[in-house]
Amino acid sequence: MKIIADTGRCVGAGQCVLTDPEVFDQTEDDGTVIVLVSEPMGAAADHARDAVHICPSQALSLVE
Amino acid sequence: MTGVMETADLSFPLARECPFSPPKEYKEIREAEPISKVGLPDGTWAWAITRHEDVRAALSDPRFSADRTNPNFPMLVQGQRQNQNPDFEKTILSMDAPEHGPARRAVLGEFTVRRMEALRPRIQEIVDERVDAMLAADGEIDLVAELSLPVPSLVICELLGVPYSDHDFFQVRTAAMLSRTRTPEARREAFDGVVGYLDKLVTTKEAAPSDGDLLGRQIIKLREEGTYHHGKLVSLAFLLLVAGHETTANMISLSTLALLRNPEQLAIIKADPGKTLVAIEELLRYFTIVDAATARVAVADVEIGGVTIKKDEGILALGYSANRDPSAFENPDELDIDRGARHHVAFGFGAHQCLGQNLARMELQIVIDTLFKRIPELKIAVPETELPFKDDAFIFGLYALPVTCE
Repeated sequence: MKIIADTGRCVGAGQCVLTDPEVFDQTEDDGTVIVLVSEPMGAAADHARDAVHICPSQALSLVE
Repeated sequence: MTGVMETADLSFPLARECPFSPPKEYKEIREAEPISKVGLPDGTWAWAITRHEDVRAALSDPRFSADRTNPNFPMLVQGQRQNQNPDFEKTILSMDAPEHGPARRAVLGEFTVRRMEALRPRIQEIVDERVDAMLAADGEIDLVAELSLPVPSLVICELLGVPYSDHDFFQVRTAAMLSRTRTPEARREAFDGVVGYLDKLVTTKEAAPSDGDLLGRQIIKLREEGTYHHGKLVSLAFLLLVAGHETTANMISLSTLALLRNPEQLAIIKADPGKTLVAIEELLRYFTIVDAATARVAVADVEIGGVTIKKDEGILALGYSANRDPSAFENPDELDIDRGARHHVAFGFGAHQCLGQNLARMELQIVIDTLFKRIPELKIAVPETELPFKDDAFIFGLYALPVTCE
């Protein structure tokens, strides 16, 4: 599974960071998403799925 | 069409059925005809969107505009459109792409999860001071005046660089602006008062901007980039100040009340403070205090939930209905902090989702943890039927919450 992040769509709500700060971070400057672990495994993969579902701007997607 | 759903048969805004439930009509519409025409105070109509899935789809679709100056934008208060001040720069709330993204990003760095975490010690200090004051008071006190309003007001004032000593001035006017029952003239006067105040404040800061507060940092940063605009910073200050205290204050009051009247839920948090953040998501869902703020106007034909909404038609994406939709939340009318409610839309959805949501979460978490730890015997001092709920305001909440601390 691979996480795809569209930083152009990201509105910096930080919901992904709240879901799993080991997988996602935000830039200091404009708060857009940084993917720390692009191919998460196990629990981190479940968290990534949650983050994709919750993301308000649908900037995150998964390639399974 | 069924009779119930004919245009203007239902005239918005509707009253909550009780302080803990949405208007009963939300469920009726959601079940019978989830996207249906409803009447507005000025005699026009809009599409009410009631299902969780459809509300999320609508709010993330760029073919729905948030531009409140669009003549077809649905207004929930009569006189609202005529009342707009042409000199007041559009806030990010009212911008569409491509203007919206860069304007939001210019200030977004101030509201990241990490930045909010850095504020935690100071917010804890503020909350501790307020709880000290509550404990020092003898007998019955008003939680709204002593805790709910001062905490977010102090926090947003410090963050923005607005003197807290002026809080009476803008709190009184914010309440007037957000009231549905005040005359358009009274609301306009309140609005002009706050804008005038911030205009002067921003002007003062321009002379010697400090990097110790958000407004100062914006002046420095945007000047460096060559994009600084006085009126736009006044609008931003206005939006952050108004949105930054009234909303969180109401959630503090309502959350306290809800936890006190659901002691088995409160016990879960008391046993494990790690559950507080989970509980907050459920409380946000349960109350959805800013329900109908998510109006939009179509700028193209859009099909949503099987209905075609035509260009220039308005929509009300009803967050409270979405948050009580059984297809998204099992037994939606129950307060259940363990349910996992993070997909609620109490902060909206899409490009305009609340900028300050992580500040709100942080304040609520610290208040709830501190309040119930330090005052375990907290009690509501009057019967629930006597509590003054804000049925007449755009943002739901409580005008007062009398409590005893022992």
